[in-house]
Amino acid sequence: MNTALLLAVGGLTAVGLYLLTGRSLSRIVIGYSLLGHATVVALIAAGGLAGRPPIAGGAALEDMSNPLPQALTLTAIVISFGLTLFLLALARRQRTLSGDDLVEDDLEDRRIAAAEGSGEAGAR
Amino acid sequence: MTALVSIAIVAPLLAAACSLALRSVPIGRDIAVLAGLGSAALASLIMLATVARDGTHTVAVGGWAPELGIVLVADLFAALILPVALTIIFVVEIFAIGQRRTVWAANPESSGPLLCVLTSGVSLAFLTGDLFTLFVAFELILVSSYVLLTHQGNRSQVRAGMTYVVMNLLASTLFLFGVAFVYAATGTVNMALLAERIPQLEAGVRLGIGAWFLVVFGTKAAVFPLFSWLPDSYPTAPTTITAVFAGLLTKVGIYSMIRFHNLMGMDDLGPIMLLVAALTMVVGVLGALAQSDVKRILSFHVISQIGYMFMGLSLFTVAGTAGAILFLIHHMPVKAVLFLVGGLIENHEGSSSLDRSGGLAGREPLVAVMFAVPALSLAGIPPFSGFVAKLAVVSAAIDQAETVVVVAALVAGGLTLMSMAKIWNEVFWGRPADGPRPSPAPRRGRRTMHAATALAVAGTLTVSLFAGTLLDLSTEAAEDLRNPEAYIAAVRS
Repeated sequence: MNTALLLAVGGLTAVGLYLLTGRSLSRIVIGYSLLGHATVVALIAAGGLAGRPPIAGGAALEDMSNPLPQALTLTAIVISFGLTLFLLALARRQRTLSGDDLVEDDLEDRRIAAAEGSGEAGAR
Repeated sequence: MTALVSIAIVAPLLAAACSLALRSVPIGRDIAVLAGLGSAALASLIMLATVARDGTHTVAVGGWAPELGIVLVADLFAALILPVALTIIFVVEIFAIGQRRTVWAANPESSGPLLCVLTSGVSLAFLTGDLFTLFVAFELILVSSYVLLTHQGNRSQVRAGMTYVVMNLLASTLFLFGVAFVYAATGTVNMALLAERIPQLEAGVRLGIGAWFLVVFGTKAAVFPLFSWLPDSYPTAPTTITAVFAGLLTKVGIYSMIRFHNLMGMDDLGPIMLLVAALTMVVGVLGALAQSDVKRILSFHVISQIGYMFMGLSLFTVAGTAGAILFLIHHMPVKAVLFLVGGLIENHEGSSSLDRSGGLAGREPLVAVMFAVPALSLAGIPPFSGFVAKLAVVSAAIDQAETVVVVAALVAGGLTLMSMAKIWNEVFWGRPADGPRPSPAPRRGRRTMHAATALAVAGTLTVSLFAGTLLDLSTEAAEDLRNPEAYIAAVRS
């Protein structure tokens, strides 16, 4: 297993997860694409060491790199590309509706916050 | 048989393309959608009959060997669940056509084709025999669900959509990492080959993979403590879409766990999973009791009921798995019907809030009956399907002397009944709420909606009518999952 690739996966995942926990959707988009890159590198690393292009007759079987993870990676890249675009569209929609691209509290959080607020007001 | 498997996956996709092309011709569009969904449902019914008679059937896509290509496996488990799921989508689409003229309807131009894409993803997820194709199927389902949830673009949908999308994107990323781990450890993503190789791995790696996929599938299935995205996002979508989501999406997660964790022999995770199951049941139903909107109450019950299926799976016995499968078959239609009735309540009362409705039983006795049957079934009252399913799961747990989870299941059952009684009291009995009532759907649309809901209620009754046969089939399917030799042999041949 290639240590450099593993370090890359770790670094990308750490930064990606950190950005994903933010409130601003544009940060989340960047975080998500970094995480996407991390999975791609992880899949490639799972396929073993790099070698000659896997084309029939192009090289001896032992020298070729493993084509299956590459095929999986391509699919994963296409999917994450499409979803990044969808996230951006969502961020834009949120911006038109509310003027920023922040993820809002869910209904339950707001209800609890409101109930706490009124309870305190009552105590005073 | 190969044709049947292909129809279940490809026909809805073709229908999506046709209905997009026919976007400006409403009738052509509807016919395309119904034809695609209907033919897939019909194909899956014939598939069930064939598989029950002849046993597991595999399709090697493109003729590649299982080590290299994609294999589709129609085993009894897949063949049992698929017709239930596809029939529900078909009935919900009929309801959606009736609901068209109301303010609660989904936009037909986009929801029809997207529902078809989702259907194709559901078929693929149930039939696939390899882990990466399962990932692709999940993405197919999720991408269409993202758009379905937010396609009207109003404020609450975008707010809920953001949490839903980000949460599921994270789960999908974890899934992909899991695929990489599995491939690094075993050199394959084919489930039959994995079922041979994963049990031979050393315990740490094996359980690590099992726990990782528990988190991945658990997020999709909304088990404790990974459920927080569900009750906030589901109620914001149009009723028909929520009905499909509640009926199917979380169940695809449970289905994948039942298949993956049984085939790969993850029995050692059982004790932790049982604890999670108990917490899921109780926390979900307590959440439901605190709500005051029909759609939100029902969303919390989705979580609570997931706990029962998870409990059956966590026992890792034939009886437990069979119970979980039977529970899936019972739960999918019941949940979808309850949300459809929620749509009817919205239509008659102008809102699904408990405070703003009352006395509906007097004005619309049919709606009251159509609520009562699935509600009692959800709570597990005999003779409805929920009773049989719960009995199967709970008695399997009693066989294993798992007292804690049995108590949790019974408590959750009682609280479910209480919460259903709350909806009944507030919506169907009592005095009608004051204030202006909205104009309900045109009569013809209303008739279609009632007919579709009645059809679905009849479907849930059919499940309880044939409960014996279904339990036998579930047990057979569970035996195949617990002893994967036959599955491996079918894929290898």
